[in-house]
Amino acid sequence: MRLLVRGGRVIDPASGRDAIGDVFIAEGKFAAADGSADRVIEAKGLVVAPGLIDLAARLREPGYEYKATLESEVEAAVAGGVTSLACMPDTDPPLDEPGLVDMLRRRAKALARVRVYPVGALTVKLQGERLTEMAELAVSGCVAFSQANAPIADTLVLWRALQYAATFGYSVWLRAEDPWLAKGGVAHDGEVATRLGLSAIPPFAETIALGTLLELVRATGTRLHVCRLSSAAAVEMIRAAKKEKLPVSCDVGIHHVHLSELDLGYFDSHCRLEPPLRSRRDREALSRALADGTIDCVVSDHTPVDEDQKQLPFAEAEPGATGLELLLPLVLKWGAERNLPLAKSLARVTVDAARVLGAASGRIEPGAPGDAIVFDPEAPFRVTPEALRSQGKNSPFLGYELAGRVRATIVAGNVVFEQK
Amino acid sequence: MQRNPQLNANGELQHLLSIEGLPREILLQILDTAESFVGVTERDIKKVPLLRGKSVFNLFFEPSTRTRTTFEIAAKRLSADVINLNIAASSQSKGESLLDTVANLSAMHADLFVVRHASSGAPYLIARHVKPHEHVINAGDGRHAHPTQGLLDLYTIRHYKKDFARLTVAVVGDILHSRVARSLIHGLTTLGTPEVRVISPQTLLPAGVESLGVHVFHDMREGLKGVDVIVMLRLQNERMTGALLPSAQEFFMNYGLTAEKLALARPDAIVMHPGPMNRGVEIDSSVADGPHSVILPQVTFGIAVRMAVMSIVAGN
Amino acid sequence: MANELPDAEALLPRLAAELRPRVTPNVAMIGLYTGGAWLAERLHPLLGLKDPLGLMDIAFYRDDYHQEGLKHDPKRTRIPFDVEGRDLLLVDDVLYTGRTVRAAMNELFDYGRPRSIALVILVDRGGRQLPICAQHCGATVQVPEGMRLRLKRTPEGALRLELERAA
Repeated sequence: MRLLVRGGRVIDPASGRDAIGDVFIAEGKFAAADGSADRVIEAKGLVVAPGLIDLAARLREPGYEYKATLESEVEAAVAGGVTSLACMPDTDPPLDEPGLVDMLRRRAKALARVRVYPVGALTVKLQGERLTEMAELAVSGCVAFSQANAPIADTLVLWRALQYAATFGYSVWLRAEDPWLAKGGVAHDGEVATRLGLSAIPPFAETIALGTLLELVRATGTRLHVCRLSSAAAVEMIRAAKKEKLPVSCDVGIHHVHLSELDLGYFDSHCRLEPPLRSRRDREALSRALADGTIDCVVSDHTPVDEDQKQLPFAEAEPGATGLELLLPLVLKWGAERNLPLAKSLARVTVDAARVLGAASGRIEPGAPGDAIVFDPEAPFRVTPEALRSQGKNSPFLGYELAGRVRATIVAGNVVFEQK
Repeated sequence: MQRNPQLNANGELQHLLSIEGLPREILLQILDTAESFVGVTERDIKKVPLLRGKSVFNLFFEPSTRTRTTFEIAAKRLSADVINLNIAASSQSKGESLLDTVANLSAMHADLFVVRHASSGAPYLIARHVKPHEHVINAGDGRHAHPTQGLLDLYTIRHYKKDFARLTVAVVGDILHSRVARSLIHGLTTLGTPEVRVISPQTLLPAGVESLGVHVFHDMREGLKGVDVIVMLRLQNERMTGALLPSAQEFFMNYGLTAEKLALARPDAIVMHPGPMNRGVEIDSSVADGPHSVILPQVTFGIAVRMAVMSIVAGN
Repeated sequence: MANELPDAEALLPRLAAELRPRVTPNVAMIGLYTGGAWLAERLHPLLGLKDPLGLMDIAFYRDDYHQEGLKHDPKRTRIPFDVEGRDLLLVDDVLYTGRTVRAAMNELFDYGRPRSIALVILVDRGGRQLPICAQHCGATVQVPEGMRLRLKRTPEGALRLELERAA
């Protein structure tokens, strides 16, 4: 299929290009237009950008099909303009066996929508005791190894896991959280948790664990990607680590760039997230660090939760928010608040995320995979349960009116989503 | 920011979930109305017909005989029908969700739900889902609030000390886990108490507790100087296993109220305790039974305060 | 309009004169907040009654609780004598529908069983909705549509009847 996207405002964060023009895709890759198009998409008045790359999404298969299925979540992804996503290993069973990874990749490929990059479990059953067969998992298609939200309490195991991964050059993606300090906590240890009487997680639960991780990286040289930063103090530690030229990257969840502990209001369980929403000061630091590149990219941390599990007292509710379809409008909102040019804000969900993932997509240039989106940055998007394609309707932004709607999503030159 | 879910569109009290966020006028209305009900509890026929024909459902997800009994007495004195539900033993253990339990009871024509739950915020979830004519009264949710206890503590203080604007009040003990402390502190600050102190070891203080408007003391002797009202909180055994405290004896040594420490407060100071007391852990028997103690009157006032709360919300 | 309202201060001694013959050691007086209480406070010393004055708030016995809720500022009922077997003088300022008196009697019977109750009213404005009547009444008044008749007390303590717009 030879696809021409004509007359849009083409933004390629990788090169900084931001100009009206045409984009041509042939044989699944971007190419110079040669006048031979099977299909033309008129993009006048719209933005054409690389497809979004989301480094954290839960597709809930295998095992959690009552919460969501691959079909529904992949629909949500392309409706949100996400063309590549990395999915977390905390499925049931966890992605610790090559057979499971194989099956997931084949299922995703059959649906022929979004590119799914599985992240394998770092330890067996995510229990933090025995190493998984990382080489076998890599062969099956895992792009990195992670514990999702499960801690490795035993520092000896953590060290060995990082060492082993470093041997083969595998990337390890970990959340920094000390399991003892975080135990039982459901909110940030601050004024809001004090008033609401909620069990709390102090910010040093993150920095203590991060300190441990960085020390181990110094010793092992492992490529570490720190997931879901939550505090200003952790941002400073990353800044210092990068200055020291450690092989460290990191991301932040899109909700943590917009919301703080104050948004809990009267125990709104849609704000029950992991890590917790911290203070306004922390939120501001995260937002600024994402803008200046200390935080490499932003993710949706898409976690569909069925309504029953949210209609519970705050501490009993299941943590997580749906996010694939809100990633684009929320990134645009963040970019506008920080007065960033579109090329810069979009970089955090395209070229910068691609770099962490080690993927070739995320840029519009001849030879790169033909993944693109056409969107209207001004079109209003009222967030209601009916408007969301994901089976998870759980979002702190329900009832909000955001701006930014995808008109077309293209993966390898195929139009996988279209809406007038 | 959302409207306070306790108030209806006219700013009237529809549910009582927390003292925090209630205007001064409503707190005073409750205290003044409770005053009238004290008169009722002192005569032979202790009933008034206000809630005749109404059903009050006591939904206690956390067991409690004392609080449940006082709510039952208060409701019966308002001529209401009272139904007690010991949830732990029934539907919850069968896996029925909190909201399903409430919906089933609502179908049985409940008017008032008195709810006690181990999770902070549970009554708010219930209040979001009840019908317009149904009212929710929080009888204690997790660590968050115990508003009727806070109100009866305020009533007791007003009864003995009259004017909040001149008082120094000290709350002693496990503030971190105490819904009673939070409710009382909110009430005292709303009613203009100039000096509210918390006296506690660091392990038993929540983060940023000063933001509640209190002065923190770790030294009890310092904290009790010149105090008009001392409120002792109950210490639970679990605190020793959670690495928060070494032992009850050491707690008593530093934070127990003895006659000797009491002497540092004002000579006319009153001693309060929400109960049940751990004699020899937070309070010495000589003080608990002594002339400064108003612990038993607190219980009587508690019935009148609960009658006031129920009759105010049920009429709105 | 104001000229047609009777002078409350002038009615007082006439009421007292009417009541004096029925005063016995068994008679006691109860005034209803707020206007009836003011009135009773003035009448009580004029009659030489044995027991102190009782004051009653009917907030908890009103029949409009379900429509209106609990009115603000309920006062505390204090009856400093035993009601059982007594001849009671129930004092109120304005008699209108009769519902206030019905509530007052219900409340009184929760204190005990009086031997008799006589209703003493400053002004009867008609408009009864219940079979209630006053045994002693200072004056009758026609109140225009949409107006309300109130007893007021000046800072110096003088009692005065006033008309105001009904809510």
